[in-house]
Amino acid sequence: MAKTTQRLQAPKPVIERPPAITGLLAPDRFMKLVGLILFIGAAVLPFITATPYVISILTSAMIYIVLAMGLNVVVGYAGLLDLGYIAFMAVGAYTSGILTTQFGLSMLETLPFVILACILAGVIIGGPTLRLRSDYLAIVTLGFGEIVRITANNLQVTGGPSGIHGIPTWSFFGWSFADGLDIAGIHFNSKILFYYFVLIVGIGLAVVAVSRLGKGKLGRAWKSVRDDEDVSEAMGINGYATKLMAYIIGAVWGGFAGTLMASHLSAISPNSFEFLYSALVLMAVVLGGMGSTPGVIIGALFVSLAPEFLRDFSEWRFLLFGVLLVVAMIFRPRGIWPATAVLPFLKKREIPQVPPTETVGVLGEEEAGEAELADADRPGKIDDVSARNAETAPSESMDSIAIDGQGPPQENETKGEGRL
Amino acid sequence: MFQLIWNGLFVGSFYALVALGYSMVYGIIKLLNFAHGDLYMLGSFLAFVVLGGFTGLFGLSSIPVLILVLLITMLLTGGIGVLIERVAYRPLRTSPRLAALITAVGVSFTLEYAVRQIFGASPLVFPVRLQGAPIEILGARITLPQLTLMLIAAILMFLLQRYVMHSREGRAMRAIALDQTASLLMGVNVNRVISRTFFIGSALAGAAGVMAAAYYGTIDFLMGFVIGLKAFTAAVIGGIGNLYGAMLGGLVLGLLESFGTHFLGGQWRDVFAFGFLILFLVFKPTGILGERVVERV
Repeated sequence: MAKTTQRLQAPKPVIERPPAITGLLAPDRFMKLVGLILFIGAAVLPFITATPYVISILTSAMIYIVLAMGLNVVVGYAGLLDLGYIAFMAVGAYTSGILTTQFGLSMLETLPFVILACILAGVIIGGPTLRLRSDYLAIVTLGFGEIVRITANNLQVTGGPSGIHGIPTWSFFGWSFADGLDIAGIHFNSKILFYYFVLIVGIGLAVVAVSRLGKGKLGRAWKSVRDDEDVSEAMGINGYATKLMAYIIGAVWGGFAGTLMASHLSAISPNSFEFLYSALVLMAVVLGGMGSTPGVIIGALFVSLAPEFLRDFSEWRFLLFGVLLVVAMIFRPRGIWPATAVLPFLKKREIPQVPPTETVGVLGEEEAGEAELADADRPGKIDDVSARNAETAPSESMDSIAIDGQGPPQENETKGEGRL
Repeated sequence: MFQLIWNGLFVGSFYALVALGYSMVYGIIKLLNFAHGDLYMLGSFLAFVVLGGFTGLFGLSSIPVLILVLLITMLLTGGIGVLIERVAYRPLRTSPRLAALITAVGVSFTLEYAVRQIFGASPLVFPVRLQGAPIEILGARITLPQLTLMLIAAILMFLLQRYVMHSREGRAMRAIALDQTASLLMGVNVNRVISRTFFIGSALAGAAGVMAAAYYGTIDFLMGFVIGLKAFTAAVIGGIGNLYGAMLGGLVLGLLESFGTHFLGGQWRDVFAFGFLILFLVFKPTGILGERVVERV
């Protein structure tokens, strides 16, 4: 009141921020370590058992992880339901398949075309529908999946119902995986080289890049649009552009997985791109945990390896997946490994009890003092404010903040949900 | 030319029947019921079972028997629709939209593969096949069963229109579609009305399933997938949430497909239909009869 030139200031921290957890049991570091160990394990595996069968199913499983990570951007981060995700895989697989078999390009050279084709497809489908309610996107993607499959089935250039055969494996400037490689007297054949290629490029790109993308500015924008589009628009995020970005990035990932799959199987046909497979990838993401990197990896491994381990059961697995999807949505909507979960034995940053906040967003020093005084006169109001603070905090975002140790204590409501 | 129009109207009346259920459910609880197409499939399989029991009893398979079977199937699919709503959708009514959509996909998957486990993956031959001598009207070949099926579809749609627009329960439905909380405050039993909507929508889809099975002669566990998509397209073309829109949209889609097939070839029929869906969403997302939808916060 007294001063006229006052600026908005952030309130001073009420409590000291506790020191960050160091050592091996810090959640972040521990998960990175686990990831590294798994990665090395996967790299050593061909030295233990290198039967073509094992290498083949593991390569497929890793391609599934790439696919699921891509869908995770769309469904998990941006909250858009894509029911035709496999169509992007088809676009990628067919683009690279046609360019390699009929135009003689190498796999590496087809990559720019694959990316362009996927961006184009993403813009055609996402452009008009993302302006509408999210449900429309779901059904339009479903239709798009069918359109791509039927088109591939009917065109000459895609080989019709029998598809494309003889797709070469990857080659780099004249050297192809098919040539094999001898290092220190050990011969690596083309399948094993391709396995390593998928492991390094696929897992490296998909897992590391997508999880880092999710933590960055764009990733936070996706999550905020997912949680509340109106509020995030009010915060200056362009909801439409953000969603379109997620959709296109997901599309490119799907296309990339498609080129990997095309050279892995060396033959593609429209039947490999039915709705069923879109639904399977969706299940991997949803059952594993939307937006959660470890969850999505577990989900993708489960979905892709289940038919191998449950041979006698394979007829029933689709029915089981359907039931699981419904049950999961009702009882555990955030999946096996929710995005904000922390393993129970890891050290979280301790959060000391915060005294009830009196004022939020203070106008200048002096005013703050006055407001405090005024409030102190009426104790009832203080309780009001703190009670409201506790109530209005959205549980999900609170949960993740609480792990970082910045937010007010919210443990009583959300702890059980977020933990494994 | 008249042949094309007639074919379009005939197929369109099936689409309209399925689209009505889609549109009604969407209008009331804003949920895309992906399982709706599968209720159509379920209708034809249930009719297959019921008919198997019937022909043993009466030994005849004609239109009156078919109508009886149709009514029984409608009751059964309606009941299944109510059950699905109760078990899968009601617990999620207040959850985020994504959860409800994923559940709907799960329900659809469950129905499809449950039927596959029971009846097998290969198509079954429906015991009744409606065929008749064609009559030439204005150059179009029309058969008696076609006329009968269209008449049944028209009667069902007429009854639905009377029910929704001119009865107390129908008024409750329209009230919930406008504002669920306010109708609750006004003493409408919201849960019961939603159950009833699912019953009617599912029964209509089941009826369409029986009629399609009797006309085309074969049924398989994935037959509901494409028709569900088509019905949604029809609902969007007409204006989703709008009763007349769904009927009109079904007929328009049938006509579009009929002409598209004629000029482009049968294999492009589905591509053509979904292409129209995307075009409509770009240029007129509210459909022909839909009003401007205001997103409530």
